[in-house]
Amino acid sequence: MNAAVRGAVAAPPVSKAVVAHAIAPRAQGRPWTFYVLSTVFVLYVLALYGPMICIYVLSFQDVRGGLVFPMKGLSLHWFVDLFTQVRTGDVKGSFERSIKLAAIVTVATVIMSFLAGWAFRRRFTGDGVVFYLMIGSLVAPGLVLSIGVGLVLHFIGVEGAWYTSAIGAQLSWTLPFGVLVMFAVMSRFDRTWEEAAYDLGATRWQTIRLVVIPILAPGLVAVALFGFTLSYDEFARTLQTAGSLNTLPLEIWTMTLNITSPSLYALGTVTTVISFVIIAICLGAIASIQKRRAVRVPAI
Amino acid sequence: MSGRGQILSWLYVTPLMLVLVPFFVAPILVVLAASFFQSDGFGGLIADPTLQNYADIFSSTLTANLYIETIKFTALTWLFSMIIGFWVAYFLVFHVRNPLLAIGLFLLCTVPFWTSNIIRMISWIPLLGKEGLINTALLRVGVIHEPLEFLLFSGFSVVVAYVHQLTIFMIVPIFNAMARIDKRIVEAALDAGASRLDIMRMIILPLSKNGIALGSIFVVSIVMGDFFVIKVMSGGGSASVVGALYEDVGVLQYPSAAASAVVLTIVVTLLVALILRTVDIRKELTR
Repeated sequence: MNAAVRGAVAAPPVSKAVVAHAIAPRAQGRPWTFYVLSTVFVLYVLALYGPMICIYVLSFQDVRGGLVFPMKGLSLHWFVDLFTQVRTGDVKGSFERSIKLAAIVTVATVIMSFLAGWAFRRRFTGDGVVFYLMIGSLVAPGLVLSIGVGLVLHFIGVEGAWYTSAIGAQLSWTLPFGVLVMFAVMSRFDRTWEEAAYDLGATRWQTIRLVVIPILAPGLVAVALFGFTLSYDEFARTLQTAGSLNTLPLEIWTMTLNITSPSLYALGTVTTVISFVIIAICLGAIASIQKRRAVRVPAI
Repeated sequence: MSGRGQILSWLYVTPLMLVLVPFFVAPILVVLAASFFQSDGFGGLIADPTLQNYADIFSSTLTANLYIETIKFTALTWLFSMIIGFWVAYFLVFHVRNPLLAIGLFLLCTVPFWTSNIIRMISWIPLLGKEGLINTALLRVGVIHEPLEFLLFSGFSVVVAYVHQLTIFMIVPIFNAMARIDKRIVEAALDAGASRLDIMRMIILPLSKNGIALGSIFVVSIVMGDFFVIKVMSGGGSASVVGALYEDVGVLQYPSAAASAVVLTIVVTLLVALILRTVDIRKELTR
């Protein structure tokens, strides 16, 4: 056991040296492909972020501002416009609805994905059916499902609303992602930890609460990140299921068709800032959990 | 497994099924049923079975053109996102030597996935427009004397917006597949005298095939099911299958919309099944 541990500890530097030389073992420095691919990568990242940065910059124009460069003035005019003008629609209300909806969907996604991931650790009768239903729900055209849910509501005579039918419609999109993330997380979960807890006399609930959940915490945060952001930006499935009150993406969709002023960009800036805050919180939480663990391990 | 274990497993997936049955299975079945109904013209359905809706679809050259157009955009998006995604993932896995830096750069690529697609799409307008950055720059340099009209509200901008949104769906699974390749295989191949091309062709490509297939499923199904990007980015110049379906719903023609949805779902399912023939998706995902 001891030797095995020492072997495992000694292994990384060796494999790292292999990695470092795997691509160009005989040449000094980098092969030419490195420089080509670095360029490709940099161009990709530029194309990924460049356009987004353009609209954030353009949203800070003053009242003369248009949809393209050059910048005309510098002010918060369009942000004020966004939240005070009636013609841009109910931005404030749709904001609140979207945040609440995303929060509900996140909690449900984390709990349901955790349970489903737990079940899928071993095979059970009919697991293939559940799995392929999930994949089907993931790849089915969102608008088709949206129309279908709308028709179901129509037949049973129930009015859809963002806090009822839209939650279910969005979960049909966030849950497959959540469960797939759980698969990745669970595949690294060592069953012996769970067994050790049972051997020490822990009940099933104690094992889950004190052993399983703390170990899986970073993965659960990742599931929450998917749940929140996918719900917050979901459009097609919400379109026919949210009832009479718009969520934010529906509001943005209406705006793209009607509004040709930088207030559209201002809305883009605001909603992206919210997304970035959520992403930063989640990634920060994952990093801090990992860091705490890295400190603790040598002590054991 | 014991009967008790079976029951427990099913208990754990019950919440998932309670979402999938009413919000995936039921809507699909209802759409299927509605596709055989007739419309009363006021948003109501007449439960008098007919095949007329399907006959309309298959006899219409308009629908055929919509499918050709949609499949054309799907193929172009798939091709470009696969090429870019493959090389970006390859760069991160095989060329970035510091693992922490590789993860950081990987996150840099994935962050936009968690922001609004719609906003990312409209952010191309100030760049590609007639008075946008690219045209202005090219005019100033003197490469062109008239603004390029094809940049925005055209097939070009549609593909740009799709590739911009969906390449991430290629990068993540290809990155995962490549990260699992044992670097010692590459080393051994080099020692045995393999060229760079041989390594790519005989090691990297076969071992990242599953990732490519998984990414392709995402890209193909999303583009086939989209109506939003194509509507805004083509400036109304191009239509899509789902776009036409949405307009049917707008004028309360549910049965023809439903028939169109069924045909589309079958086409998407066939495409996905075709891709699945090359990969055991379940093994790939649960491993």
